[in-house]
Amino acid sequence: MKIGLAGSIESSDCLITAEASNELDIKIESSVYEFFGKQIRKVILETLEELGIKTIRIHINDKGALDYTIRSRLISAIKRMES
Amino acid sequence: MRRSLLFIPANKPGMMQNADIFAADSIIFDLEDAVAFSEKDSARILLHNFLQTFKPNYEVIIRINQIDHINGLLDLEALVSDRIDAIMLPKARTASVKKLAELLASFEKARKLKKTIKIIPLLELAAAILETEAIACLPRVDGILLGAEDLTNDMETERTIIGEEIFYPRSKIAYAAKAYGIDAIDTPFTDVNDDQGLSQDAKKAKNLGMTAKAAIHPNQIRYINEVFSPSKDQIAWALKVLEATKTNLGVFSLDGKMIDKPIIERCQKIIEKAKKYRII
Repeated sequence: MKIGLAGSIESSDCLITAEASNELDIKIESSVYEFFGKQIRKVILETLEELGIKTIRIHINDKGALDYTIRSRLISAIKRMES
Repeated sequence: MRRSLLFIPANKPGMMQNADIFAADSIIFDLEDAVAFSEKDSARILLHNFLQTFKPNYEVIIRINQIDHINGLLDLEALVSDRIDAIMLPKARTASVKKLAELLASFEKARKLKKTIKIIPLLELAAAILETEAIACLPRVDGILLGAEDLTNDMETERTIIGEEIFYPRSKIAYAAKAYGIDAIDTPFTDVNDDQGLSQDAKKAKNLGMTAKAAIHPNQIRYINEVFSPSKDQIAWALKVLEATKTNLGVFSLDGKMIDKPIIERCQKIIEKAKKYRII
């Protein structure tokens, strides 16, 4: 089973786990989920689309990361999963 | 012209996002010592996206990994763009600075960049100190940073609060930098809790001719800026001298002191710095 992990649980960062899967499954844990849960999902979906990925299992533990951080950690996790 | 340069680890988004509030003249995003080997890839991606997202109001410097290692080349590949101002090269030697200049020229051409990216060599080997002048005169070199921790390791000497062990490299860098019109940047003061020690260390470096100092903690910036900025008394004196030159030609006397060309030039530099740092 291929898994990639990137980021951290420090403030303003997020820890993302990417795992090969036959379906699209995104789980979001965030201290600000109520306010930014939809935006986090949107950034993940946009990044996956850019990378041409339709099925994958993503788990994000968000600690208030901005969009560019979520995008970066997701790309890193996927690259590590693929390597 | 810089006074303070703050190192920020390139894998810490919380610090990177707040870089503009620290009042440092330059931010050095560190991909080298501050980032674990296993995290280099992730830091590179994070820094790239950070720079694409934000438009900093400070000088952007990136300390890359050594260019004779794959990570240094990957750093350049990922990050050379119009969004950066300078590359800091660790363990710099004459040959590695020349190689970096060639690589930057090649990236700038291929990516059609509008700017010429500068180089700040980090001198932290005894052999590099002996090459200071040869490095200072190279194209793109815009400042030289003394790396005292690694240098004293190389020399097998102890780092001390007095700093006698770095008198020679500080002096050598200061003179070479002055001769070639670039910044002489002093090594960071590593005790982040000793503000008085930092101020004294910065004053000592300034007296030897260093023009700026690197910092490893945001709290160090105000002390460094204070030391390397013209004081209020200096500014008042410089303005008075320059005002007097409007009605006096050649050598003249002001408040019982002789004012000649070198003093007038010094006053002009003080005012130039004061204006740049928005003190006046």
